[in-house]
Amino acid sequence: MSMPQPRVTLAAPPAVVAGSSLTVGALAAGGLALARDLKLAFRRPAQLLQPLGFFVLVTLIFPLTLTPELSQLRQVAPGAIWAAALLASLLALEFLFRDDAADGTLEQYVLSGQSLTTLLFAKTAAHWLLSGLPLALMAPVAALALGAPGSALPGIIAAVVLGSITLSLIGAIGAALTLNIKRSSVLLSILTLPLSLPVLIFGARTTQLAISGGPLLAPLELLGALAVLAVTLAPLAAAAAVRISLE
Amino acid sequence: MSFTWFHRLGSPPYVYALAARLTPWFAWPAGLLIAAALYGGLVLAPPDYQQGDGFRIIYVHAPSAWMSLMVYTTMALAAAVGLIWRIKVAHAVAASCAPIGASFTVAALVTGSLWGQPMWGTYWQWDPRLTSELVLLFLYLGYMGLRAGIEDLQRADRASAVLAVVGVVNVPIIHYSVTWWNSLHQAPSVMRLAKPTLATSMLVPLLLMLLGFTLFFAAVLLVRLRAEILARERASSWLREALPA
Amino acid sequence: MSEFLDMGGYAAFVWPAYAVTFAVIALNVWWARRRLAAEEQRARQRLAARSESP
Repeated sequence: MSMPQPRVTLAAPPAVVAGSSLTVGALAAGGLALARDLKLAFRRPAQLLQPLGFFVLVTLIFPLTLTPELSQLRQVAPGAIWAAALLASLLALEFLFRDDAADGTLEQYVLSGQSLTTLLFAKTAAHWLLSGLPLALMAPVAALALGAPGSALPGIIAAVVLGSITLSLIGAIGAALTLNIKRSSVLLSILTLPLSLPVLIFGARTTQLAISGGPLLAPLELLGALAVLAVTLAPLAAAAAVRISLE
Repeated sequence: MSFTWFHRLGSPPYVYALAARLTPWFAWPAGLLIAAALYGGLVLAPPDYQQGDGFRIIYVHAPSAWMSLMVYTTMALAAAVGLIWRIKVAHAVAASCAPIGASFTVAALVTGSLWGQPMWGTYWQWDPRLTSELVLLFLYLGYMGLRAGIEDLQRADRASAVLAVVGVVNVPIIHYSVTWWNSLHQAPSVMRLAKPTLATSMLVPLLLMLLGFTLFFAAVLLVRLRAEILARERASSWLREALPA
Repeated sequence: MSEFLDMGGYAAFVWPAYAVTFAVIALNVWWARRRLAAEEQRARQRLAARSESP
């Protein structure tokens, strides 16, 4: 990986070129954007692993600073996992728009005449597949390490899947708003964290109930409702924010 | 026709002059109401059955908390208007609101904390109202931080407007989730005076204070609005007549 | 009078609460006026610069 890889742009496929005689529907354009992002990401596997590594490291802090006793760690496991997941997803947000903003692809998306909302939703979906989903698969491992019983794992996976979807979507808004701001990581966190609190609250509650064996349905449904709300509204806000940042 | 009035509100010179004229009409009544409320709340109202004279903190805590929420809503509404109809004056209103709202959020947190110590025995308690106030403070700080981070004033206006609208949608969700989480853990109930039996002599000063604070907000907003309008005008000719020598 | 100041024993909490709130009120007044004065000054400078340039 010592030679810089040439970047693939969508200049060749006419789907997103303005004024092209070939027109493609919004969904197809979204699909192309999704595929492109996934393809590009796999050329830099290190970048994919960083948020995961961060997640594990943050989780590690809790047994080292509190207690190695699994029975006691079990109590803090919900909070620890969700705090680590939120921080890891905040870190991963840096990668959402950075490259595309730098090389002008994002501007092409805005100018393409395609629905920017759909394109950004596709980008966020790709980002979630690359960062949120792995997090959701790593979370049960972290939970086990923090003393959770095996019976808790399906509930934890479900909670982190739903929660990370919402976190990615909310984070996309923040990332779009801070596109042009230098060294914006802290500001991005300050913008995103308060908006993510409901996800944290319901997610941690679901995890807690999963560990203690209680009824998960209510908080899971609330997580699902938040995810639906985020899927419908966040891409709109993100599109508005990208337009403003690039104008 | 009524529409002319509405259109004039989008004109910076008109609003600038109007704001200057209206400010005393809000400032003086605000001062009088607050003074009257102070007298009513500190002197006239009898001590509470449970909390004694400690309950009098409500006369500064509740209006501060009210301000923090009301100002945020105003800010988000003005931001939305500015975003949708591209009205500079609306963005100026939103920008004016933020520091006022943030300062009263801090007041609400400090007075809430001071109220908590004699009542709960601790300076901080993660009860839903205080926790939501803290989150609201960060919503304000994020808004002001975003504004400060974007150099171009127009772009800062529009980006922070998106943030304000997203934030205001979240405020009820955040409040609901914090209340829900809090109810699970049966934390001690918030500073709650027995509402049905709140004596008139206790309630009236509170209402006067709420109204006084609201008028105060309007007065300060009008002063800040003039500053924000000036900041958004390059070197327009109307400034020449409008500015005092 | 001393009874009033004592606030039934809660003086250490009630008076600081009022003090902080009125400090915030005063801060708002001062800050807003300062902001307006600064912007008026800046606007005057912009006008002066414009009238000076050809």
